[in-house]
Amino acid sequence: MTLANANRLHADPGVEREPLHHDVPAASSAESPLQRERATTIFEQGAPGRRAFTCPEMDVPVVDDLLPERFRRAQPARLPEVSEPELVRHYVRLSKRNYDLDSGFYPLGSCTMKHNPRLHEKVAALAGHARLHPLQRPEHAQGALELMHDLEHALGEVAGLPHVSLQPSAGSHGELLGVLLTRAYHESRGERRVKVLTPDTAHGTNPATVTMAGFEVVRVATNAQGGVDVDDLRAKADDQVACLMLTNPNTLGIFDANIEEIAKIVHGVGGTLYYDGANLNAVMGISRPGDMGFDIVHYNLHKTFTQPHGGGGPGSGPIAVSDRLAPFLPKPIVVKGEDGGFSFDHDRPDSVGRLRGFQGNYGCFVRAYAYICSLGAEGLKDASQTAVLNANYLLAKLRELDTEGRIPLAFGELCMHEFVLSGAPMKKELGIRTLDLAKRLLDHGYHPPTVYFPLLVDEALLMEPTETETKETLDAFAESMAAILAEAAEDPTVAQNAPYTTPVRRLDEAGAAKRPVIRQPL
Amino acid sequence: MSRYTATTEADLAAMLETIGVSSLDELFDRQIPERVRLRERLDLPEGRSEQDVYAHLRDLAARNTSAEDELTFLGAGMYDHYVPAVVDMLMSRSEFLTPYTPYQPEISQGGLQVMFEYQTAISELTGLAVSNASVYEGPSAVAAAGYLAKLTNGKGRFVASAGLHPHSLETLRTYAHGYDVEVVEVPLRDGVTDADAWAAAIDDDTSAVFFAQPNFLGAVEDAEALAAAAKDSPAVVVAQVDPITLGVLKPPGECGVDVAVGEGQSLGQRLDFGGPSFGFFAATEAYLRRMPGRIAGETTDVDGRRGFVLTLQTREQHIRREKATSNICTAQALNALGGVVYLSWLGKEGLAELGELLVQRTHYARETLAALDGVEKLHEQPVVREFALRLGVRDVDAVVRRCQEQGVNPGLALTEPHPSGLLVALTEQRTKADIDRLAEVLGAAVAAERAGAPQEVAA
Amino acid sequence: MADASYPEDLLYHAEHDWARIDGDVATLGITWYAQDALGELVFFDPPEVGTSVTRDEPYAEVESVKAVSDVIAPLSGEIVEVNAALADSPETINEDAYGEGWLVKVHLSEPAERDGLLSQADYVATLSQ
Repeated sequence: MTLANANRLHADPGVEREPLHHDVPAASSAESPLQRERATTIFEQGAPGRRAFTCPEMDVPVVDDLLPERFRRAQPARLPEVSEPELVRHYVRLSKRNYDLDSGFYPLGSCTMKHNPRLHEKVAALAGHARLHPLQRPEHAQGALELMHDLEHALGEVAGLPHVSLQPSAGSHGELLGVLLTRAYHESRGERRVKVLTPDTAHGTNPATVTMAGFEVVRVATNAQGGVDVDDLRAKADDQVACLMLTNPNTLGIFDANIEEIAKIVHGVGGTLYYDGANLNAVMGISRPGDMGFDIVHYNLHKTFTQPHGGGGPGSGPIAVSDRLAPFLPKPIVVKGEDGGFSFDHDRPDSVGRLRGFQGNYGCFVRAYAYICSLGAEGLKDASQTAVLNANYLLAKLRELDTEGRIPLAFGELCMHEFVLSGAPMKKELGIRTLDLAKRLLDHGYHPPTVYFPLLVDEALLMEPTETETKETLDAFAESMAAILAEAAEDPTVAQNAPYTTPVRRLDEAGAAKRPVIRQPL
Repeated sequence: MSRYTATTEADLAAMLETIGVSSLDELFDRQIPERVRLRERLDLPEGRSEQDVYAHLRDLAARNTSAEDELTFLGAGMYDHYVPAVVDMLMSRSEFLTPYTPYQPEISQGGLQVMFEYQTAISELTGLAVSNASVYEGPSAVAAAGYLAKLTNGKGRFVASAGLHPHSLETLRTYAHGYDVEVVEVPLRDGVTDADAWAAAIDDDTSAVFFAQPNFLGAVEDAEALAAAAKDSPAVVVAQVDPITLGVLKPPGECGVDVAVGEGQSLGQRLDFGGPSFGFFAATEAYLRRMPGRIAGETTDVDGRRGFVLTLQTREQHIRREKATSNICTAQALNALGGVVYLSWLGKEGLAELGELLVQRTHYARETLAALDGVEKLHEQPVVREFALRLGVRDVDAVVRRCQEQGVNPGLALTEPHPSGLLVALTEQRTKADIDRLAEVLGAAVAAERAGAPQEVAA
Repeated sequence: MADASYPEDLLYHAEHDWARIDGDVATLGITWYAQDALGELVFFDPPEVGTSVTRDEPYAEVESVKAVSDVIAPLSGEIVEVNAALADSPETINEDAYGEGWLVKVHLSEPAERDGLLSQADYVATLSQ
């Protein structure tokens, strides 16, 4: 590998690239500039007295002793002392040590890393949205309330459930609300059911949420086709079951064909059916959770609806519910009056209350709303269709190139918007694990797929290309995967010691956990 | 093709052939039962061009009265501080805006180091040893602290001051109902938490105690005394703190507080009609392994380079699942970046200077307004950036409406237990001249309301 | 520990725990299989001396970077000693699972429970299932 390639953290697959697998030595002795540059924190920059901020003038008479001495801070917080140029240079340089979606492919399963349109940033920055105070009186916030109302309608349409709350801050927050709504519903009928069923392919947030809401998790098995084991469900569904939490398609990328039977079983014992909307990108305009029989759906605006991921948030996790759960929704809710004006309704006696301050992450609503306006009904459907097409194409391409069957598909034949491969044969036959494959992909300029999830599949690789990637990108990625397998067949140590070209190489995570250093000592 | 996809006819043909199906529909026909297949069009308008969408969003924006359109003294949890240009710029960089959570640390050193720096800044600010990399926002952070207490000591009651933000109290109640803890509210007296009632409420079954600093009415609480009252109980002491006041107020870590949480919006975040912002969560070392949310830690790579990773992940949902310290996954990483940039922009001296400016201007505002006819202080406690007034009128909402007609938002009309109250907030953007204007407008509005003068019909 | 090993002089529990019995005190730990599955251990959260443990029930947790696991008590009794050295060096459990990596010592309340444990041969047989 030449130095030029070593510097290029982000490979543009549209540009012809050198075939890395021919030229990469097992360990490159030459460090890239980013590798040579040692990390220094903002606290290690600057000097006493430097500053970026100019305080506005003290234009009122100064009065002494306004705060009792014992309430006062004696020593200032040891924040950095840097000039604006130092501040900018530090964070801009730091940004270059990050891979990001604008720069390259990100096939993380169940994360839906689709393009973040920049129009959304432009409209979200309009002062009428960005500088609007959450407690502004409704008559002076009609634009915001109308936006929320229309967004609720659109989300309700996509899910096939009419009553929407935009309040939750993220997917797992929406999940918590869904489980609390279930609890309120059962309590209103004089019942305190204690069990929530989740499949063993569930995302980790599901069991954590269940415990926080005061329930006990009961796992339901997965059948050989990758769907819910209906017999196991039937055996476990009793009048102590409050809810079954599912996603469809599930985290294996499989659409559960038994969904109606499943709904019947759960409703038959009086339970609610909750839909984890992480995989909604597969079915917009094609199939609706409400029609499948779900009572509660949560959305991830930061997945399906293009809210940028921000390195770990912000997100937004609205939920939609069926009629029987509507009275319990958090307050306030947006209502449209007879005169066409919008307001907040706080008079909701059966509401579970609040999950957070104010009305939710409005900045995310603006972006999601702009997306829905841009795409419209046909566009949303096309997005899902293309997501499923791209996933199946990538799967087919990988199977074509993986002639020795090192990373077979774990379940099924076709997939929805994502699919799970198992690296178990690769581990056994080539001696490299899914982890090593992922780390070697970094050298090829890609973010790897999700690894080791779902737990059900040994050495799992969960891939979701999304609809905004071109065929060329998918082809190039598949070629890189094949190249890594071929390389490992000759010399497994290359992948085992990867990556080589990233700003840092494999990190000691055990050390970080044993002796945590989570702040700068000053 | 839709707006952001690129599948040409040629692409489609080639892809279908590779997959081995004859049509796009076949992919769905073979996987989704017909009975749950949507055969109608979604009841949504057609898609529009970028120009049209922009125009529509701009029209919606124009129907909102933002801080750009009126002189505002509205606070009560979110404040119209100045957002520095460097914060906007850095938060919109692709490399910070568009990546996922840093699960592949080798290519996420930017984001991980930002988290480490943020954690350090929050630890410094609060005087507490450990901070996580952010939670959603203020009120849910209070509830998360409650869950931490419940996991720690398993006791059955929360004691919460009525000085907490009403949204924090409501959120705490909603969450606590989920994990079966009772919430007992302690009233205020003379604008601060009633010390006797507080002490009386705390017992051996108290899992956590909660107060706000400054409290909802803007008053500075005696944090050390409130914390000390819980000393002989199992209770975790939780304070919800307005971070912008920590340039002048004694930090919670020096007041005997175990867990400090709060709303980070004052630190370089937009108002955005309530979100997204971020919540901070800091605690003493003892609670490190029970903290919710992501935590970044320092380490080295195989060649000895300094680097950062997500650490102590065994607390989190994706590993500990039902026994996790929280279900939080996505938090507010980008906003936390804005927060640490803002704190670095203010700097060590800047935060303190800003605090002093707020203290003086707030005092000036309170004295000036309380001197108006029909206006008096609701309490006499020391304040930092917000205070409550009592208006001698039947309908404070009407006073607010009158002021807004003059282009001034005087603050929040309070409800029970202060139905004639007005909560007025200051930021560094409100100058002496602005305060004088507020006095003029508010004075006139109160006078008009007391005289029973008819309100102008809004244009 | 590079290679799988299961000393013959120990008794085993199907949930990958071992016991070394000496009179009415047993030393407990986790097997090679368990430490291998977890990866490098980073944290051991011991119970306090004086706590009772019950056969087949969890009494502590071990953590690696990416996993948490309950440690199951093979026998019932009262904790009389805890391996304090593991606080600084939990990786000792990986390196010497049957020696320096012992977790706790228990004063047995039901010594007859030892009859319900597996011999080395029987435990190893469960691993290949």
